[in-house]
Amino acid sequence: MFIRILTVSFVLLGFSVQNAGAAGDQVSPPSQPWSFYNGPAGVFGYYDQASMQRGLKIYREVCASCHSLKRVYFRNLEALGYNEAQIKNIASEYTVVDGPNDEGDMFDRPGKPSDKFVSPFANDNAAKYANNGAFPPDLSLITKARAKGPDYLYALLTGYAQPPAGEHVSGGQHWNTYFPGHKLSMAPPLSDGQVSYEDGSPETLDQYARDITHFLAWAADPYMEERKKTGLKVLIFLLVFAGVMYSVKKKVWKGAH
Amino acid sequence: MSAEIQTGNDNTHACCECDCGTRRDFMQLAAAAFGAVGLGFFVKPVIDSLRPAKDTQALATVEVDIGSVPEGESMTVMWRGKPVFIRHRTRKEIEMAQAVDVQSLTDKQSDEERVKKGKEQWLVTVGVCTHLGCIPQGQKPTDNRGGYDGWFCSCHGSEYDTSGRIRKGPAPKNLDVPPYEFVNDTTIKIG
Amino acid sequence: MGSANREKFDNTVVEWIDSRMPIFTILNKEYGVFPTPRNFNYFWNFGAIAMFMLMTMIITGIILAMHYTADTKLAFDSVERIMRDVNGGWLLRYIHMNGASFFFIAVYIHMFRGIYYGSYKKPRELLWILGVIIFLLMMATAFIGYVLPWGQMSLWGATVITNLFSAVPFVGNWIVETLWGGYSVDNPTLTRFFALHFLLPFVIFAVVFLHVWALHVSGSNNPLGIEPKGPQDTLPFNPYYTAKDTFGLVVFMVAYAFFIFFAPDFLGHPDNYIPADPLVTPAHIVPEWYFLPFYAILRAVTFSINWYLIIGAGLCAYAFIKWMTKNKERESFFVKEYMVFVLPALFLFVLGAVIAFIPVSEQQFVDGELQYVGIARIIEGIRYYFTFDFLIPDSIRGTTEAVEMRVAIDALLIPISAKLGGVLAMFGSIALLIVLPWLDSHPVRSARFRPLFRIFVLLFTVSVGILGYAGSQPADKVYWSTCLGDAVACEALAHGGHGAGAEHHSDASATTIIKLDNTMLAQAFTGFYFAFFLIIIPLLGRFEKARALPYSIHEAVLGKEQRAGV
Repeated sequence: MFIRILTVSFVLLGFSVQNAGAAGDQVSPPSQPWSFYNGPAGVFGYYDQASMQRGLKIYREVCASCHSLKRVYFRNLEALGYNEAQIKNIASEYTVVDGPNDEGDMFDRPGKPSDKFVSPFANDNAAKYANNGAFPPDLSLITKARAKGPDYLYALLTGYAQPPAGEHVSGGQHWNTYFPGHKLSMAPPLSDGQVSYEDGSPETLDQYARDITHFLAWAADPYMEERKKTGLKVLIFLLVFAGVMYSVKKKVWKGAH
Repeated sequence: MSAEIQTGNDNTHACCECDCGTRRDFMQLAAAAFGAVGLGFFVKPVIDSLRPAKDTQALATVEVDIGSVPEGESMTVMWRGKPVFIRHRTRKEIEMAQAVDVQSLTDKQSDEERVKKGKEQWLVTVGVCTHLGCIPQGQKPTDNRGGYDGWFCSCHGSEYDTSGRIRKGPAPKNLDVPPYEFVNDTTIKIG
Repeated sequence: MGSANREKFDNTVVEWIDSRMPIFTILNKEYGVFPTPRNFNYFWNFGAIAMFMLMTMIITGIILAMHYTADTKLAFDSVERIMRDVNGGWLLRYIHMNGASFFFIAVYIHMFRGIYYGSYKKPRELLWILGVIIFLLMMATAFIGYVLPWGQMSLWGATVITNLFSAVPFVGNWIVETLWGGYSVDNPTLTRFFALHFLLPFVIFAVVFLHVWALHVSGSNNPLGIEPKGPQDTLPFNPYYTAKDTFGLVVFMVAYAFFIFFAPDFLGHPDNYIPADPLVTPAHIVPEWYFLPFYAILRAVTFSINWYLIIGAGLCAYAFIKWMTKNKERESFFVKEYMVFVLPALFLFVLGAVIAFIPVSEQQFVDGELQYVGIARIIEGIRYYFTFDFLIPDSIRGTTEAVEMRVAIDALLIPISAKLGGVLAMFGSIALLIVLPWLDSHPVRSARFRPLFRIFVLLFTVSVGILGYAGSQPADKVYWSTCLGDAVACEALAHGGHGAGAEHHSDASATTIIKLDNTMLAQAFTGFYFAFFLIIIPLLGRFEKARALPYSIHEAVLGKEQRAGV
């Protein structure tokens, strides 16, 4: 009996590993061609500044009404290709609560590059209350906080559909192919033509989903380009070092075998 | 090292003696160099991480509204974790500061070098005694301002004048003037 | 360490120090000319690599500690500040995060090598035990360290694992509250975990020192498992093994660097980038990969362990030990002891297993009679009598009084609950490593000369890997199932969807579903894990015929080269 279980499990293991992601209510999102995954294992990955700028526009015009981005500073937007004046301008469009001042009062002032993105709600409870009890998560780390993050996010934004026959979706919920459990409180946030682009990119749901994902992938992992560039240098260095050590080892061991 | 390798292994000795040529030396040197460079690669980010972080750097400039400070009074703001003294000097204080013979000073600086031209009524200094880092008194009119009507450091008795220059006591230098500029008549940007 | 027979150094500074404290003499003795078997393969690199990883973890850890804040309100933010604002902070954190994994990789290979080549055997038992202690300390340190970023997996991993201690009888809750410093994993827990995470690496370092000390007393084992017979069998550590270890280390670093720079989060879990929320548990809690085999063992014990199983196991163990240590002339053993111990043990085992494993069928009493047919009737009969169910008067059945009685009887009948059993199995699986030197009585060390031991060690390694896989999967995952019995009913089941709905199908009773789920997989390989240490290794130790050992290391090395035509 034991031998049989052993054999069966060995055979099935190979089969089931491939399907591990497909188990349960979660549908594995299809892979998308992201520029930050460029090259084998993403070693030549880079961020597309134009796409990120469009993504920032979508975040500000659509997502920011519910979702915070509280770990990103305005000064970080330099990575999107903005200069200091543009960043100051973007920051100043936000109102930051500062204080207390000398009289002990909190006061409003325009944002500065050293400020973080201003959250739409004062705190998590307020966010939950305003959204019928569903907490809109902070987006600063969203692509890292989900398996296959960027692919999942794109799939989620484009994955709204009619519920299949026999499935009931109650009011305030929406059927999404890729959301775990499929019933999602967030209404489809993006649709064709919703946000106007100035650079002539197609104003389609598909393009919107790609751009906002690109922007958020950067927000979650702002050092990706530096990391991979450093990584290539380190790997080449180590490989050469390994070669040198191999020849040293060979030389030392010559005649000792 | 004089200690001979005491293994009694003839092969070892044979290998070392016959192969003491330059190639092995060079390769071992190269390996050591690679190790040193690799260690350097690692040490650099370690040291860098101890330097001021990006959020700390971003807060290195502050804009201050000084319009509310009446003549003869002062305000204190924080900049880089240190107090900055901003004094709205009176006519008399400015004249006192300008009348001093620069050559008689410990740290020879004229008042003109320490204020912005046309804005002589504003003296901006880092409020840290140049002796051992205490905060001098003198920001409030009721404080002991020392014998030169500026600031008095109670730690070791250093006295500064109305230009923040050291006049008496153990401090070696005048109070530092931080980099700052006037954004407009009532706003300065420090840093 | 005597300085009497010290040799002088040419360098005056070195000589000045050495004549007062012979540190250079010791270094030279232990790492310079230290006689090391000449036939190491690359498995012997991993001790040095593990040492390198420990140092890497301590250095990066100290820097990270300078930026980290151990407060539930600030911990996650302070880690993100390290990732975003501290200069090079992302690199240091990724080195540290992946360093934990690569430290475990190095140590697991090091341990495999120790088992495969019999390095735990006399005279190296203490060396091996010190190694197991290092491994335990590493597990504690790694677990505690994973809590510090205060993400969802940090909080819930800590909650699940600390709750294990609540399985300890009588004082369980007291232990858990003491660990927590509160009534849940919260701020006091995080703060003390940080203090311990800072302390433990230095404890590890101290035990590593003892480990190396013990190593340098007995000398290293080697792939042949025979002791060096003289200078012709050894080489001075420097330059031979310094060069070889450095080469191996650099190759290891290539893989390590690849993960740091190109897949830094691959070995982590996405949920740990969600700040800890005490109100929401992640759908699927998994520990870090290096704990998965042990986690699978923990989860494999889904059954409570009653006295029948314990007494049965005790009798079996007694008979097994008796038989293993029996005098070969006493052939009568099988007649007497077998009958006295093994048959009752088997009987008790069957009883215990029936009670523990077979789920209770719905009991139907008609006029005080059990209504079952065939095997179910036998099973429920056994249950009725041997769980002392008959003590409960039929008149009170179905009342809360009966339930209370049942609970009271179970408390006496079942000393080890499933929860405690899992904890015991998990810690037991590591404790077995400590006693391994005494489980294996075979005089030959290296698996090279023990063909059967070799096969089983490799099977054991594979099974630990499978346990790791099982640990990563949901417990109820079904790998394979088939439906036996009425074809129509089976068809209906297949189309009626899975789960609860199908069971209420009218014809469902006419079918039997045979399935292999993740828990069964984990149970099978947990069984093999324990059988490997407790049955296979002792049996092989007594009965395995080893192949002829070479006379010496030198001879074996020369022989290989002659065959290769050198």
